[in-house]
Amino acid sequence: MKPRQSSFWKVFGMPVLIAILCAAGLFSALLGDGLWDAVSWLGLGIPSVLAVWGLIPRR
Amino acid sequence: MKSKTIRRWSFVHTWTSLICTVFLLMLAITGLPLIFHHEIEHLLGDAPEFREMPADTPHLDLQQLVEKAKAHRPGEVVQYFGWDEDEPNGIFTIMAPTPDTEPNSSHTFMLDARTGEALEMPSANGGFMMVMLRLHVDMFAGLPGKLLLAFMGLLFVIAIVSGVVLYLPFMRRLKFATVRQDKSTRLRWLDLHNLIGVVTLVWALTVGVTGVIAACADLIIAAWRNDSLSAMVEPYRNTPPLTQLAPATRLLDIAKEVAPGMEPSFIAFPGTLFSSQHHYGVFMKGSTHLTSHLLTPVLIDASTLEVTAVAERPWYMDVMSLSLPLHFGDYGGRPMQIFWATLDVLTIIVLGSGVYLWLVRRKAAKRATVGTEVAS
Repeated sequence: MKPRQSSFWKVFGMPVLIAILCAAGLFSALLGDGLWDAVSWLGLGIPSVLAVWGLIPRR
Repeated sequence: MKSKTIRRWSFVHTWTSLICTVFLLMLAITGLPLIFHHEIEHLLGDAPEFREMPADTPHLDLQQLVEKAKAHRPGEVVQYFGWDEDEPNGIFTIMAPTPDTEPNSSHTFMLDARTGEALEMPSANGGFMMVMLRLHVDMFAGLPGKLLLAFMGLLFVIAIVSGVVLYLPFMRRLKFATVRQDKSTRLRWLDLHNLIGVVTLVWALTVGVTGVIAACADLIIAAWRNDSLSAMVEPYRNTPPLTQLAPATRLLDIAKEVAPGMEPSFIAFPGTLFSSQHHYGVFMKGSTHLTSHLLTPVLIDASTLEVTAVAERPWYMDVMSLSLPLHFGDYGGRPMQIFWATLDVLTIIVLGSGVYLWLVRRKAAKRATVGTEVAS
C-alpha cells in the first residue's frame, strides 16, 4: 500500500491545504471583524487567484 | 483505483452533474447580482434615502410607528418590524391585508423611526432584483420549486464529491495546477476543470449545502411551529381570537428584561408565521459576532403584555440561521463579496467546461464506434 499512499498525498497535498485555508476563511469572518475578516479574505482569495491564474492562456 | 471503479465514479459524476447543470447555471447567474443587492439597489435609486436630522433625534415609540404604518397603508395590518445595523434610524416594515398573508404577497417598506415617514423600497416588492431573487429561491413555483432546487443542490454535492474522487486518477501523473496549453483544447479544459473544481471545492460545497438548507427553510419553520411554538401556546388553544391588540409601545423593553444583553432582530405581530394568534413574537439576537446570527424568540401575550415564554432555540433553527450568511457571503465586507462573485463565476466555468468535456467525449466515442464498424 506504500506507493499508493504517497501518490495520494502527492495529488491531494495542495488541494487539502487550500481546502483547510478556505474553510478557515469561511468561518473566521463569522467570529469577528478586522483580523478575522482578513483571514477570510486570504482563505477565499487563494482559490480565486489560483483559478484565475490557470485560466490565463500562455505558451 | 481499478478501472471499473473509475468508470462507476465517472458515471455518477457525469449524470449527477448533467442533471443539475441547467439549474446550477441558473442559480449561479441569478446569484451574482444578489451578492451585490445593496449596491445595486443604491445604484437604481431604490434604497430609502433618510432626511438629514440631528444625530440625537429621538425615535417614536413602537405603537406610534404602528399607527404611522397603518396611516400609510389603510386597511392593512403590520406583519413584521425589523432592525438592521446599517440603518439605525430605519425600521423594516412588512404589511399585508391579513396577518397570515403569504410572504410574496406582502408589502415591504421602511419607516423612519424618528418621524414615522414611510420610505418605499421598490426593489423589495418587484422589479429586476425581485425577479432574480424569486428565480433563485423558488423559480416562481413556491414550495415545489424550492424543493426541486434543494434536490438539485443535493445532486450538485454528489457531483462535487465524485469529482474529487476522480481527481486522483486524472492527476496522478501531473503536478498540481498543471494546465496543458499546447496539446489540445480538450486537454486544456480538462486540466482547467480539474484545477478550478478542486480549488473551489470547499466554497462550492459550503454554498451548495447551505443553499439546500435555506431551500428547506419552510419545512424547518413548520417543524419549529410544531415542536416549540405549539407547546407554548397550548393554553391559548380555546381562547377566541383577539379583536384588539395591546399597544406595541413597550415590547422591546419587555423582551430585553427577559433576554438581557440581546438586541432586537424583528417583531412578528400576532397571527403571522413567526408568532401565534395571541402573541407578539419578539426575536432577539445575540450581541457577539457569532451569536448575532442566532435568534431567541420571546413570546409576549398580545392582550396582557406578559411574557408567556422565552422559547429555546431548537438546533435546526440555529443550523438554518448560521447557514444563511454562509450562503450569502455578506459577513466579511466588500473583499468577501468580490471573492464570492469570483468563485461564483468560476463555478459557472466549471459547469460549462464539464458540459463541453462531456460533449467532446461523446462525439469521440461515437466516432470510435463508427470507426470500428467501418473496419469490421
